[in-house]
Amino acid sequence: MVKAQVLTGGRGKAGGVKLAASPADARARAEEILGLDIRGHVVGKVWVESASPIAKEYYLSVTFDRGAKKPLLMLTTEGGVEIEEVAATNPDALARVYVDPLVGYQANEGRRLVYGAGIFDPSEQKQVLAIVERLYRCFATEEAMLCEINPLIVTPDGEVKALDAKVTIDDSALYRHADVAAMRDTAAGDPLETFAREKGVTYVHLDGSVGILANGAGLAMSTVDLVVVAGGRPANFCDLGGGGRAEGVVDALEVITRDPQLRSIFFNVFGGLTRGDEVARGILTALERIDISVPIVVRLDGTNAEEGRQILVDANLDQLHVEPTMLAAAQRAVELAR
Amino acid sequence: MAIVVDNDTRLVVQGLTGSEGRFHGLRNRSHGTNVVAGVTPGKGGQDVEGIPVFDTVAEAVTQADANTTLIFVPAPFAADAVYEAVDAGIRTVICITEHVPAHEMLRIHPYIRTKGVTMIGPNCPGALSPGKANAGIIPAEVFSPGSIGLVSRSGTLTYQIGYELAQLGLGNSTIVGIGGDPVVGSSFTDILELFEADDETESVVLVGEIGGNEEEKAARFVAERMSKPVYAYIAGFSAPPGKTMGHAGAIISGSAGTAQAKKEALEAAGITVGTTPTEVAQLAARGSLR
Repeated sequence: MVKAQVLTGGRGKAGGVKLAASPADARARAEEILGLDIRGHVVGKVWVESASPIAKEYYLSVTFDRGAKKPLLMLTTEGGVEIEEVAATNPDALARVYVDPLVGYQANEGRRLVYGAGIFDPSEQKQVLAIVERLYRCFATEEAMLCEINPLIVTPDGEVKALDAKVTIDDSALYRHADVAAMRDTAAGDPLETFAREKGVTYVHLDGSVGILANGAGLAMSTVDLVVVAGGRPANFCDLGGGGRAEGVVDALEVITRDPQLRSIFFNVFGGLTRGDEVARGILTALERIDISVPIVVRLDGTNAEEGRQILVDANLDQLHVEPTMLAAAQRAVELAR
Repeated sequence: MAIVVDNDTRLVVQGLTGSEGRFHGLRNRSHGTNVVAGVTPGKGGQDVEGIPVFDTVAEAVTQADANTTLIFVPAPFAADAVYEAVDAGIRTVICITEHVPAHEMLRIHPYIRTKGVTMIGPNCPGALSPGKANAGIIPAEVFSPGSIGLVSRSGTLTYQIGYELAQLGLGNSTIVGIGGDPVVGSSFTDILELFEADDETESVVLVGEIGGNEEEKAARFVAERMSKPVYAYIAGFSAPPGKTMGHAGAIISGSAGTAQAKKEALEAAGITVGTTPTEVAQLAARGSLR
């Protein structure tokens, strides 16, 4: 088998996994796969292994269960399907065992998992247990949010093997996992999101036409919602951070105005520690430094909001529209995007 | 009485000599908070505008009677700062630091619980009881004293709602930003329990967002255990699945953690959910004028 090594799922459907009859054939298959674009990820590496005849397909994972605040081991012999579907339609088939994070993995937890999943062949049990232990160790030492083997297969000879895996590492822990951080596929994914990451801007690309800039993640999410309530389609989510510094505003505007679908911008700022008049001056400074062709609707609230709005009105810029409330501003931005 | 921080709060700031710690520590003091000490290893004996700095939290407790800590140290050292404070006998820990690794919180959470410590955060704006004490980065000037409890996973969105309440002539008993990470020291339910027992709080506004199931758990708690009215707002109805929306914890995983599911759970518990921040402020105002 020749398998594309990319940081995304759906390789098989995209033509990234192929069977080869001989070493020469494997070379030909690898040439076909290398360079393929799978969901924005260009294949630069392939994995070559002997093809495995499959007798049984299992599913095994360790997840970070934020609700229980514990690592959760899950195993089912009903592999080959979406795990959420097994959990919903046949919950008894899915064995679940929590690990105490202060104690760490204990062998009895693995045994409970294997028995719970209904695996009774002694050789199979032994092999699965060894994999469970190593998967947990990977989860704990690499600080993963998810370590999933799907499918975990049993060959007709009774050999247990991992055929595919998905691992997600906590972004906040990457500073102490330099080897993992180096694996990030910077060329993959949304080019605007990549550019935003380079600029240090918190940005998620959506598919509409109203650009959104707000300070704080919660307020930014709320702003995205409000544009939809007003009948429009948000072009992005963008969090300026707590303040309203000109520097951050310039970087954020540079990112969101690169979106060719952008028709208007909704600037939603709450002045807390940063006063409204300072925020207004920050916006004007940013607009002096960057050339923007689309109209901008500004909603400013909080400390010194009145002074801030006056500064923006006095600036007398045609493209700048100042609105008093979030909803009015959302409606205006949606209108201007039409 | 208020919750988390009040007139009895004796605050130590871990990281007081750093730029953030100094700025906010002094701001908190100017709001009337009793800031009794700072801690920076290696800088013991110095002071920040009259606030004594110690090498250890233990010294801040024995020599300055600190009972609450505010943590501003960088993420790689934040977990250690929490353990040090808890081991020194601090009963309330407020951790502002963002990007504390999630696995650290898996260990911190059971540790603080067994010691009976209340922890707010990490990745949070802190707690403010207007007119009494402010521990964190919440702009106190936006809020006024009153009877509405406010609990939220976000900062500026909460300030917006508090500001709108103030415009309507209403104030807050305490504002608690529980933080935007997947695992935080205090959940919505923990804070609702404190508000329910607090005689200064008459109603509560809960501000949730996508990700996890803490809003759903809060809904159950309100239905079963709370007598005070609760109003809610949820952010992230239009968020795409699988994308982290600014806060590490604000992510829809598969079909779990959507705003719609949270809204439905809250409404099923009899909680009115506002469509906009303005609407939830108006709902709470109408409720408290009744």
